[in-house]
Amino acid sequence: MKYRLEIMRQKDSTSEPYLQCIDYETDDCNTAVSTALSQINNNGNYKDINGNIVSHISWECSCLQKKCGACAMVINSKPRLACDTKLSECNINGVVKIEPLKKFPVVSDLTVDRSIMFENLKAINAWLSSEYRSDDKTNNTAYISSRCLQCGCCLEVCPNFYAGSEFFGTSVLAPMSRVITLSENEDLKAASKLYKKNYYSGCGKSLACKDVCPAKIDVDDLLVNSNAAAVWRIGFGKKKR
Amino acid sequence: MESVNIIGAGLAGLSAAITLAQNGIKCNLFSLQPSERAQSVLAEGGINGALNTMGEDDCTENHYNDTMKGGVYLADPNAVDSLTQNAPDIIRMLQSIGVPFNTKDNEIVLRNFGGQKKKRTAYARSSTGKIIMNAMIDECRKYEKKGLVNRCSHHELIKLLIKNKKCFGVRIKDTYTGVINDYYGTVIAACGGMNGFFPEMITGTTQNSGEAAALMFSQGVEFSNLEMLQFHPTTIGIPNKRCLVTEAARGEGGRLFIERNGEKWYFMEEKYPELKNLMPRDVVSREMFFVRRMEDCSGEVYLDMTGLSEDVWQNKLSDLREEIIHYLGKDPKVLPIPVHEGIHYFMGGINTDERHSTNIKYLYAAGECTSQYHGANRLGGNSMLGAIYGGKRAALSVIEDNGFNEHPVFDMEICDDTPARYSVIIKIRDILLSSMGIVRNEQTLANAHSELSNFAAGEKLSEREKRRVSLAIAMITSAEQRKESRGAHYREDYPETDDKYKKIIVSAFKDGEVLTEFRQIPQRRVQK
Repeated sequence: MKYRLEIMRQKDSTSEPYLQCIDYETDDCNTAVSTALSQINNNGNYKDINGNIVSHISWECSCLQKKCGACAMVINSKPRLACDTKLSECNINGVVKIEPLKKFPVVSDLTVDRSIMFENLKAINAWLSSEYRSDDKTNNTAYISSRCLQCGCCLEVCPNFYAGSEFFGTSVLAPMSRVITLSENEDLKAASKLYKKNYYSGCGKSLACKDVCPAKIDVDDLLVNSNAAAVWRIGFGKKKR
Repeated sequence: MESVNIIGAGLAGLSAAITLAQNGIKCNLFSLQPSERAQSVLAEGGINGALNTMGEDDCTENHYNDTMKGGVYLADPNAVDSLTQNAPDIIRMLQSIGVPFNTKDNEIVLRNFGGQKKKRTAYARSSTGKIIMNAMIDECRKYEKKGLVNRCSHHELIKLLIKNKKCFGVRIKDTYTGVINDYYGTVIAACGGMNGFFPEMITGTTQNSGEAAALMFSQGVEFSNLEMLQFHPTTIGIPNKRCLVTEAARGEGGRLFIERNGEKWYFMEEKYPELKNLMPRDVVSREMFFVRRMEDCSGEVYLDMTGLSEDVWQNKLSDLREEIIHYLGKDPKVLPIPVHEGIHYFMGGINTDERHSTNIKYLYAAGECTSQYHGANRLGGNSMLGAIYGGKRAALSVIEDNGFNEHPVFDMEICDDTPARYSVIIKIRDILLSSMGIVRNEQTLANAHSELSNFAAGEKLSEREKRRVSLAIAMITSAEQRKESRGAHYREDYPETDDKYKKIIVSAFKDGEVLTEFRQIPQRRVQK
């Protein structure tokens, strides 16, 4: 099967982006976008449809088994992990358009600088302020919220998030859910305050994030739990749990 | 004290950073990508510690004995002693920072793992690494906000600033901007295994290029036990790498078989009636290799998990099942799956003592890049323990030794920084694989050695490529020198373990030559 890969290239953060089209052939219906990118880079002799040698395509990857979130990019208009996206399934009439995530500054080609996500986690104090053990009751929520990859796919589709906004987007929801689920008393109050300010009050509940999450985190479930613990129960003066 | 420079932000690096911060000492945490992308998130099955919550009368001495025996007595006994004695506290510490280990009646549940007779492995379903990393990252963030940890993702180690066998800092490149800077201060290397020497054959991260190890070796850092590569018995092939099927699959009851004369032969159960499918990884991998070679056996070795209960699939191995279905299109609950050995862990690495010091003053190392805990074969569940305890121990040694007051200034000379070519990386890999597999012998090792030397002599290689060749030659030389079979190193020409070789092989790069020598393993100190 032959695919036309349309890859958004950009030499560095200040240069103009351009689209480079490469015809890529594979017999394997399991070939992922990550495989194609690796192969083109490793081979070094691939030519685009205009006969130009394809220079090294910059992109980030690490685990290649959808556990680290490094290779998030926009593939045929949808934010996805390159390692979890098969060419045979994502193509539209044989065409696969590959672009960098758009809510972050481009470093080069498909590599973007996602620092803002980590800065936001720092700003919202995403950590446990005291020692808290999870127990039979809290284990499940703590486990689910620990699975967030910090890949940024959720932010890409969020109608409310932009870099620099006071609303931090769903990439802080999972870490904060663990904090809120495990914390008590003053720690819970402090976490709730920031959760409300930087997440709850800005979320328009479009839940577009839920559909694109590569880790399939049940955003509804975390929202219900965290909102209940951080907003409603505290608001009505009830004790947690 | 200057800021401490930590190279690598996986579990060992994070543990070191947190320990330093808890003691009020600043550090720079350098890594190519953020901690969320580190190999540690791939660890699945669990972390060992004799918590003795299962009523099996377990104790840290049992853990010590199993670890030493699993590593066939090549590990540093005093290092293993501290590791295993501290293991229960490490797991309790993780619990106190909110790691949701599987619990029953609010007490941590332990599972069986290879090479251990007692249930000793704490776990969070089958994503233990990811779940532990998440809590450690959050914990580290607390100290970032306080200004104690300076997290520098997308930063690459260019060289160690070494003079007269003392390391005064690191030269680091910001890979996003290309800007190079020197950071003076004590260094802790926590840069992981040497995956990058075996592209497509490894279960770990592709982010780890092996370049940091090759660089340090070329700068005079001593390495040991380089012949000890761990082949994990149960992996499946996926594009560009091997995907691990956690040992927990066997810990929870999975069985290995091969078809022999048309019938399923559960060879591990027949050959090893006590530990059966849970023999140490080196033994299982070797047996798989041998049964596949037998004339009356046919096809691949299969892992049969069809007998596992619904509870196990739901609460203990949920992620694993989803993963296997995703990659193989087969439900392991219904059908046995074909498995094959894959390169999983490097027991060898930077030669470190029990304090995590190296032969270079002010340079320490922790995590998979070191060599003192696992000897000739690592037990499942001991890697995350080694990384967390090791990072902590290295940081404590740094604090005890209190760094240096003055340092020389290093010139910013222009150096050849051309990336290694993929064709060269693959050439070196193929030579290594031809001789450093599960079964080795004099002839193939000698052939590989000369092929690699000839290749290096006949090609115009960049600096990065040359360093890779040197470290690869050290791996092969170590395997040639060890004329016995021990743990992961199996020589068909010397199939027995020979106590004459109960020593570590230390490799060093000096004046353009790879040198190796045997060194004694320290004696275990008398217990108080």
